[in-house]
Amino acid sequence: MTRYLPYLLVGLMFGFVLVKSEAASWYRIQEMFHFQNFHMFGILFSAIATAFVSIQIVKRMGKKKAMDGQSIEIPEKTPGTKSYVIGGLVFGFGWGLIGLCPGPMFAMAGAGSLGAFVVLVGALHGTWLYGALKQHLPH
Amino acid sequence: MDWLTHTLPWYVAGPLIGLMVPLMLFIGNRSFGISNNLRHLCAITQPPTVEVDFFRYNWKEHTWSLVFVIGTALGGYLAGVVFANPNPVELSLAAQNMLLSWGFTLPGTSLVPDELFHPSVRNFTFLFACGVLVGFGTRYAGGCTSGHAITGLSTLQLPSLFAVLGIFAGGLIASWFLVPHMLIG
Repeated sequence: MTRYLPYLLVGLMFGFVLVKSEAASWYRIQEMFHFQNFHMFGILFSAIATAFVSIQIVKRMGKKKAMDGQSIEIPEKTPGTKSYVIGGLVFGFGWGLIGLCPGPMFAMAGAGSLGAFVVLVGALHGTWLYGALKQHLPH
Repeated sequence: MDWLTHTLPWYVAGPLIGLMVPLMLFIGNRSFGISNNLRHLCAITQPPTVEVDFFRYNWKEHTWSLVFVIGTALGGYLAGVVFANPNPVELSLAAQNMLLSWGFTLPGTSLVPDELFHPSVRNFTFLFACGVLVGFGTRYAGGCTSGHAITGLSTLQLPSLFAVLGIFAGGLIASWFLVPHMLIG
């Protein structure tokens, strides 16, 4: 079980930061979509910049082994357009309404919000619906 | 200890979130992303009588990912309950005026508005329906804000750019054309 401990700790830090920075707040999401504050854009841009710089460092390092001995590889997304745009639109539409994307759903459910838990249950049903309809959807 | 209860500034929160990407690679060559866990939870709970192929795989190989979101929920508990911020979300003046014009009250100590999250049949039906959109859309797009906007864009992947443009467009439509009328006709 100790091999899972790092994931628990990193996940804990993620949830803590999502709530403390208010990225898990419906109010902050509305403020973002109306361009009324730099806060959320600052979080997103600096997160992407930090990840980008660290990935460049990882790429240039000689030693490319993870803690468990696997070699580090940057995963590639499957090429395509339709599924990304349509899926993104549907997800973004829901996100704009309730202000919770998947990370914050888990964090806010953990913080004891019954409403966030209901959103999470809905998201599980939505995921299942996609799985059931997958063959009939454009990709 | 003020920093534990007060709002984390963006220049602290953003880099900490961005560090998730290299950290997950270093721990076990994993790609940082949250919404795949929704699929794993479906795979765990799918009854043997209903067999959707998309959920027939060995979810136990993804235990690490489920452990990660258990951590996320615990982190949410620590941040939202144990070290709860005693002050309301400090929105910009423009956002405060916008909320009032939509018929919402200004934020209290909760991060989510009572008008939409207070337990009632109407609210929970709405929250469930929006959750369905988020779950369906993230799986269709193959990722959410973490997997596409952060991991995908920082590794310069074109599909993630398409997804992020879709996500932002969807969010703008909802936030500009629906949310303002949710409480007042």
